[in-house]
Amino acid sequence: MSISIYDARLLLTGLLTTLALAVVGCGAGFLCGFAVAICRTTRAHGMAPLRAALYGYCLLFRRVPFLVTLFLVFFVSQSVNADLPTFAVALLTLCLIATAYLSEIIRGGLESVHSGQWQAARALNFSYWQALRYVIVPQAWRVIVPPAVGFFVMFIKDTALASQIGVMELTSAGKVLGNKGLPSMLVYGMILLLYFVISYPLTRLGKHAERKLAVTRNR
Amino acid sequence: MPLLEIVDLKASFGSHAVLEDFSMSVDEGAIVSLIGPSGSGKSTLLRVLMGLLPIDRGSVRMNGRVVDYADKAALHALRAEIAIVFQQYNLFQNMTVIDNVMITPTRIRRWPRKDVERHAMQLLTRVGLADRLRAYPDELSGGQQQRVAIARALALKPKILFLDEITAALDPELVGEVLETIRELSSDGITMLIVSHEMGFVRKLSSKVVFMAQGRIVETGTPQQIFDAPLEARTRDFVGKILRH
Amino acid sequence: MTLQFRPILEQWPYLLGGAWLSLEMAVLAFVCGMSIGLVCAALLQFAPPYPRRLITAYVTFATNTPQLVQIYFLFFGLPEVGVILPPLAAVLVGMTFNAGAYLCEILRAGFLSLRPAELEAAEVLGFSRLQLIRLVMMPHVMKVMFPSLSNQFIMMTLGTSMASVFGVEELTGRTLSLGADTYLSVEAFTVAAVLYLVISLVATFTLVLYGRLVHRIKTRML
Repeated sequence: MSISIYDARLLLTGLLTTLALAVVGCGAGFLCGFAVAICRTTRAHGMAPLRAALYGYCLLFRRVPFLVTLFLVFFVSQSVNADLPTFAVALLTLCLIATAYLSEIIRGGLESVHSGQWQAARALNFSYWQALRYVIVPQAWRVIVPPAVGFFVMFIKDTALASQIGVMELTSAGKVLGNKGLPSMLVYGMILLLYFVISYPLTRLGKHAERKLAVTRNR
Repeated sequence: MPLLEIVDLKASFGSHAVLEDFSMSVDEGAIVSLIGPSGSGKSTLLRVLMGLLPIDRGSVRMNGRVVDYADKAALHALRAEIAIVFQQYNLFQNMTVIDNVMITPTRIRRWPRKDVERHAMQLLTRVGLADRLRAYPDELSGGQQQRVAIARALALKPKILFLDEITAALDPELVGEVLETIRELSSDGITMLIVSHEMGFVRKLSSKVVFMAQGRIVETGTPQQIFDAPLEARTRDFVGKILRH
Repeated sequence: MTLQFRPILEQWPYLLGGAWLSLEMAVLAFVCGMSIGLVCAALLQFAPPYPRRLITAYVTFATNTPQLVQIYFLFFGLPEVGVILPPLAAVLVGMTFNAGAYLCEILRAGFLSLRPAELEAAEVLGFSRLQLIRLVMMPHVMKVMFPSLSNQFIMMTLGTSMASVFGVEELTGRTLSLGADTYLSVEAFTVAAVLYLVISLVATFTLVLYGRLVHRIKTRML
């Protein structure tokens, strides 16, 4: 009933898998979320159906439990007969969900920039993209970063559910060790501790960023 | 031929008409001021001319050519010739003073950087802010920000400068410095269209004054005519009220 | 890929029963969590340093670790120390543990949003202690906390889906069974997703309405 080097390696692999899922999922989610947010903030009439579709997408993936989305993507991928590894399925689901949440955060940031900034940019003959790039987005960062960090922390916790479709991440590692006969309290206590170790510094970072960025700026 | 000519302009917000039967001309080198009670459509006119609000009817001519506001290229060309300074200054908060002035000529117009830099320095010296080049807008007072906004507008070498109630949002002690800057610039011969409540300033500086109420022109004339010998009763009423203090 | 929804949709009472259980779980965990949260928030405000540090440790720990693993810990760990709970109870304890921490944070933010100036003004105008709490503090605190509390409840309702891992027959659990029985898991989970969406929209709508009518809080619907 002792912990061997193999157990430690299992935990490490699990930890790295969790981190990989979280970082890649969130990273891709941020990029796609940016694209979605920009699409949703345009006012062009022609884009109305796209905007509606994206609105529906964001609503759907935030109002359906992570686990359900995961199972749905899993079973769809199974029936399409792709011999997709479970890691890929989990990653795809994570990206879909992260995009939905992060696009809301980014959209909030873009819309928080005072309309006078848009007016000044347009009056100075900035194109839509130039206005976004030089004026709006740099100012939106301040509003985007704290909730985005908060989301990333939540996201790391959500990766635990990937264990349910067979991905060998940290929680699965815990299950394996538990099944081997080690005392559950010890095993799961350790898993909780490991999650804490990766999440807590980020939470602190987020709070620090929030304080630093909360400088009031006039319009 | 006037530089800017407006003929029978009509604009509305939904069903409410904010500008009606509006006709006016601005000659080159002239300083035309729009005065009138709040809600008379003065600021709306500037926004409509810049293409920030839509036109229902009427035409606008710049240098003799009619402006087609629906055509992106024409709008682009128009905005290259007119520069506007807003009441809320609207300086780009994420850029320093010098960057605010330089960004449009360098990035948007793609003028050579050296020339732009020299011109920007000249302008900022002119408005009295040569020592605050690297400051950010939130480090400056309202009056200072407004002066940067003026420099930013002039950096594009516009044919006409629109000034939309540029002192209305300032603390009283800061109004003077901005008006002084405009006074100096007027001696350079820049054409200006000014919307303002500062009657003393309007009276001293303008070559033509237009009194508006409820989206229509009530009376047009020289400052002496409008302030000292108004023809219309409404003009007399307004002038009387504001000049009392 | 042809989809057959009929066999799944025919089982709507079964699925709806699962949805109802999910809601019941969420409500129970929310109420218990609120009790814990209130006590913790109050202790954080008024207690001496040592209990405060303990509560802070609890809140920090519970909000930085996954709820799933917390439940695993209880589910597999408690029997080892002699406490045997049925799966539903273990899940509820886990959810309450998790919720208590988040709710404590929300309540704390609510308390801290009170400005002394507002209370002073009321005091000077002759409000009694009780009137002060009822007419000035509570409405203000409710306005600040209501969106976060509503959001927390919706998140908890969606969070009940992980109970399926432990065999609880709530909506996700029943969907898994149904999918396995009919070999129509794709259709089953599509229906489940729609059901969860409907539940969360109805809950959001109800909460917004409640907020508007009872507490006069104006929020956007979605």
